[in-house]
Amino acid sequence: MGKIDKTRRRMIFRTLQGATLVAVGGTFWAGFVKENAQADLVLRPPGALPEKDFLATCIHCGLCVEACPYDTLRLGAYGENVPVGTPYFIPRDVPCYLCEDIPCTAACPTGALDLLSLTDEEGELDVSKSRMGVAVIDYNNCIANRGLRCDACVRACPYIEKAIFVDTRRNPRTGKHAMLVPVVDADYCTGCGLCEKACVTDKPTIFVLPRDVALGSTGLHYELPPPPNFNEEAPSDEI
Amino acid sequence: MKSKIAYLYKHYRFLAARRIVQLGLLFLFMAGNAWGWHILTGDLSSSRVFDTITLTDPLATLQLLLAGGKVASEALLGALIIFVVYAVLGRAFCSWICPVNLITDLADWTRRVLGFQEPPLMYLNRNLRYWVLGLVFVLSLLLSLPVFEFISPIAALSRGAVFGMGMGWAYLTAIFFFDLFIVKHGYCGHICPLGAFYSLISRFRLVRVRHVKDNCTNCGLCFNVCPEPHVLSLVGKHDGTVNIPECTNCFRCVEVCDDDALFFSLGKGWSE
Repeated sequence: MGKIDKTRRRMIFRTLQGATLVAVGGTFWAGFVKENAQADLVLRPPGALPEKDFLATCIHCGLCVEACPYDTLRLGAYGENVPVGTPYFIPRDVPCYLCEDIPCTAACPTGALDLLSLTDEEGELDVSKSRMGVAVIDYNNCIANRGLRCDACVRACPYIEKAIFVDTRRNPRTGKHAMLVPVVDADYCTGCGLCEKACVTDKPTIFVLPRDVALGSTGLHYELPPPPNFNEEAPSDEI
Repeated sequence: MKSKIAYLYKHYRFLAARRIVQLGLLFLFMAGNAWGWHILTGDLSSSRVFDTITLTDPLATLQLLLAGGKVASEALLGALIIFVVYAVLGRAFCSWICPVNLITDLADWTRRVLGFQEPPLMYLNRNLRYWVLGLVFVLSLLLSLPVFEFISPIAALSRGAVFGMGMGWAYLTAIFFFDLFIVKHGYCGHICPLGAFYSLISRFRLVRVRHVKDNCTNCGLCFNVCPEPHVLSLVGKHDGTVNIPECTNCFRCVEVCDDDALFFSLGKGWSE
């Protein structure tokens, strides 16, 4: 039986020790980061790339937060259930006021907020192209849908009669009154959250959710007619 | 009185300058958000100087690129500027800019004041940081996320001071106690991948500590204050400059040396 090379054995063992430490640490590290970056309900600033690309491009610097004149944007801190260091906003606290010069998006050094996506064909900034989320209405609790006269969200909407419009319905309970029910058109809604801020109910019955969460998709195998034009009766030259 | 001032200047000039720079930058970042000062905005991940020059953390940028982010040229240029700055200055970020240095130096100072001589609770190799750096690259690639930016105490502190700390204070306190009770110079000297990154690019730095062997009395003061004592391997042995890449160019050794054996020097490294 040959002599065992102790030096080599020790070296292999030391390497394995190091590799194990790195692997164990890396597993916990990857687990934490993956979990922390999981934020399905976070609303991003205007012009944000799709969430996955956004997280791979945002450098956590907060320049957008500092550029926001309304203190709408916040930077996620540990313990806030937001990917740490990334910008977000809570519309019920402070909604996005859709500045025409879009200072937050313009401030981004890495392009995680993409100004080009908010620029029209003539090269002018157009904040109405932002898609931060989409307003969703809980019709069970919306008081307008229960026959009360409320159009707070409609009036608050900067794209009134496009992004939110009033659908006039007969009130079946009284039989002789109208119900003025707000309806959101996801094609126009920017997700700014002014409606959510304005909603009069205790907990808002209109609220902004990320578009990925709130909107379905028909898939490819349906051949559907063009979507119904909710705004048929609304004057098209307004807004 | 005059000699006292001269003594303080001789022994604390670099330390005082470092603390002024570290706290001053933190203050300017804070003022940028709190009062809208435009001198320095953002945080240490990416910042703007007078709203014109964008500076970017090169390691953060590298992570974004590995994660597949299409990083705008503005940030890439900012990262290049910082890269060049520390390629010339060496690992000076760690001792002159990084706010976590305030915490770990405080832990080290507490150790010295309380006279802790206990052996470390666990053994960490000083090369562990290079493994951690490798892990940063691999995990960023695998997860498509800038993985160090999610756990970096440097980002946590510089961002937290400006935008709100959240639970980040617990993390930073943990680092303080880790350095104090578990491993001496534990975080900055063994783990931090940003320090490892700046070490790697400091090979051709033009700012170094120079040693004159003939003046050295082997008193050991420099070893006591050095956060990376292994870089002082030439002290008492031969003339030359400190060429080991982990030197943070804090120049604490230069100011504590009472024998004129250590100096600040410019130019390429050499050794005899």
